[in-house]
Amino acid sequence: MTSVRVFFVGGLISFRALFGWLNPWVYIPSFLVAPIFQILLFVYIGRSAKLQSDSFYVIGNGLQYAAIPCLFAMANTIAGERNQQTLGYILITPARRLPLFLGRAIPVALNGFVVALFALVVGSAIVGTHIAASGYAPIAGVIVVSALACTGLGLINAAVGLVTRETAVLSNILFGGLLVLSGANVPVHDLPIVLRQISEGIPLTHGIAAARRLAAGSSFSSVLGLVGAEALIGLAYAAVGYLLIRGTETLSRRRATLERA
Amino acid sequence: MRILRVLAYGWLFRMKMLMRSSFNSWLGVLYPLFFATIAFFMFRSGASSKPLLYSSLGAAVMGIWSNTATPAGSALAQERWHGTLELEVAAPVHFALILLPLTIAMAAIGIYSMVATLLWGWIAFGIPLHITDPVAFVLAVPATVASIGALGFVLAVLFVRFRQAWALGNMLEYPVWLIAGFLVPLSLLPSWVRPISWLLAPTWGIRAIRGAALSGPSYGDIGMALAVGAAYVVLGILLVHRALHAARAKGTLSLT
Repeated sequence: MTSVRVFFVGGLISFRALFGWLNPWVYIPSFLVAPIFQILLFVYIGRSAKLQSDSFYVIGNGLQYAAIPCLFAMANTIAGERNQQTLGYILITPARRLPLFLGRAIPVALNGFVVALFALVVGSAIVGTHIAASGYAPIAGVIVVSALACTGLGLINAAVGLVTRETAVLSNILFGGLLVLSGANVPVHDLPIVLRQISEGIPLTHGIAAARRLAAGSSFSSVLGLVGAEALIGLAYAAVGYLLIRGTETLSRRRATLERA
Repeated sequence: MRILRVLAYGWLFRMKMLMRSSFNSWLGVLYPLFFATIAFFMFRSGASSKPLLYSSLGAAVMGIWSNTATPAGSALAQERWHGTLELEVAAPVHFALILLPLTIAMAAIGIYSMVATLLWGWIAFGIPLHITDPVAFVLAVPATVASIGALGFVLAVLFVRFRQAWALGNMLEYPVWLIAGFLVPLSLLPSWVRPISWLLAPTWGIRAIRGAALSGPSYGDIGMALAVGAAYVVLGILLVHRALHAARAKGTLSLT
């Protein structure tokens, strides 16, 4: 029961405490306006390069932008505690680590879902791309899975945040890597073979591919394989992230670098 | 002479400080490379008739703006956090002479990014850097850096009253990449966007650099970049005077 409370109530309270600064002055430019301009940028580059249709970039970048809240916010669940000098208090509690850290991931993934859905709907309306009305509900489902998968990668990012000072640098690099490799803008089959193989093993690649098929009119059952792959990848990243957090927590306690990194 | 000395030393000190930050140095070089890579893949795979050097130069200049937009937006907030804003305002030199070298230093960090992008294009994608008019190119780069730094100066002053100015600066990264024509010809954009593009110094900067590299002398565009940049400086000086006077009168200078 305590673990359930730590998971849900603790997760919610920590999000409210760590992201008290996430007011409309930050949320609107960072999470609502920026993804629209990312979509527009790549739509126009796509038109200039004459590579893919507008909907290719709208869907790709709409989903990919979920990475911003998922990666940055997960890192901030560690770095933010450190900045507020509360990280020690958190890690000294007897609370089980699994609900403690995964509980923090749920509001983050939910925010990623909202950001990606908003970008997709508004981006489609601005650019004038057509998504079948019946496709929105299953696409929303795919976005949920993709946001959770991306939050799994965010957990790894958070773990690194325990032993490094500047979490924003790694978050930006991971975001850039996902932008190149997830197929958001460059079709995966156009990537060199090594990058293609990496692409198959990262969050968002399968989710974006599934969303594109759904937008084109495919049924949800036809993309179940892609959605399952996305979920499995997310689970794998979350498991690695959790183990890394435990490992780096031990390391930072042993070296007394918890507040110093 | 004194003004030039303040500007030069201010720029040097700011460069040294910025280079100590991995966010402003390493990330400033690496982050635009991701966008450059995407652009290279897209233009290489697509049916565009434009040479890859077109996108390589555009992506290279994107880095200069990228290194300026977010840091410039939060430049004054950073000074507040460091506790140095009051000291700088109280200094006998005009505050603009302290702020301008900072934003120009931010843009100058972008030169590292520019070189890295051009090298990355050459090494990974085989994009050769043939410069048609080397003299114009050598003049166009610092002119672009100075004019983008001047735009950052205006942003820093405009956002002085916003607590989370970094978010506004960050928000402007993509729009300027788009409407300044770094990777997209302005002719592809809606016609109402073009007058906005002409008011942006980066538009003239990329035209000058691209012109010098691909077609020949681009001194007209270099002149436009410098002229628009000078207009930003004048605007920024007028704004900084009003903003500082208001903040001192209300006692809000150090409020975050």
